[in-house]
Amino acid sequence: MLEFFLSFLILTGAIFTFIGSLGLVRLKDMYTRLHGPTKATTLGVGSLLIASAIYFSAQGPSISLHEFLITIFLLITAPVSAHLLAKTALHLNLTSLAEKPEKDAIDQGGPDEVDTAEETEKADTTDTAVKPEAAEALQAPDQTKS
Amino acid sequence: MLAISIQIALALVTAAVAMSFWRLLRGPDAPDRILALDTLYINTIAILVLFGIHLGSALFFEAALLIALMGFIGTVALCKYLLRGDIIE
Repeated sequence: MLEFFLSFLILTGAIFTFIGSLGLVRLKDMYTRLHGPTKATTLGVGSLLIASAIYFSAQGPSISLHEFLITIFLLITAPVSAHLLAKTALHLNLTSLAEKPEKDAIDQGGPDEVDTAEETEKADTTDTAVKPEAAEALQAPDQTKS
Repeated sequence: MLAISIQIALALVTAAVAMSFWRLLRGPDAPDRILALDTLYINTIAILVLFGIHLGSALFFEAALLIALMGFIGTVALCKYLLRGDIIE
């Protein structure tokens, strides 16, 4: 029973690590590529380390706590490094798959009304994606909103 | 059963290392390469933990902990260099 559980944890961790690196290879964009390996860190290596902790606690004379040190360290540092990488990519102005925000939407909102500006921008892009002619007709309710 | 699953897991993690190495060589920009290095050290931790279970030795955790510390410091240093042009200001 313990062996079955350990095998399940190990295979889960290995599959998540594999999928994380697959995302690193397959995804098109730096910002989307950032998404894959962070999940591989937390879920993949996390479950591998939990499996190792259970194994050495069952085998050895006492409870093994080294793994939780590594787990906690990885759980703390993974978001920090991902945030720094995203900041670097933004600083270097890397090409993104997402569309650039329109200048009008930013100018209308101002610094205090960022949320409403984003909402109108989203509405504008979806409208133009569906029907470019209907965008003008639909701008009146947007203006009343903001 | 545990031995077989460890071997499958080692094969999967080795494939992951190969793929992140491909991204390290190919990556169009510098942040892609930093991300590939970050993924490489995390995959190395996974391989070390798997080897620790496979060989039944608890010696590998210190190595894994050191790799985690040094890898994080390396990622932060490279990002700071690209962000600010300097590491320690």
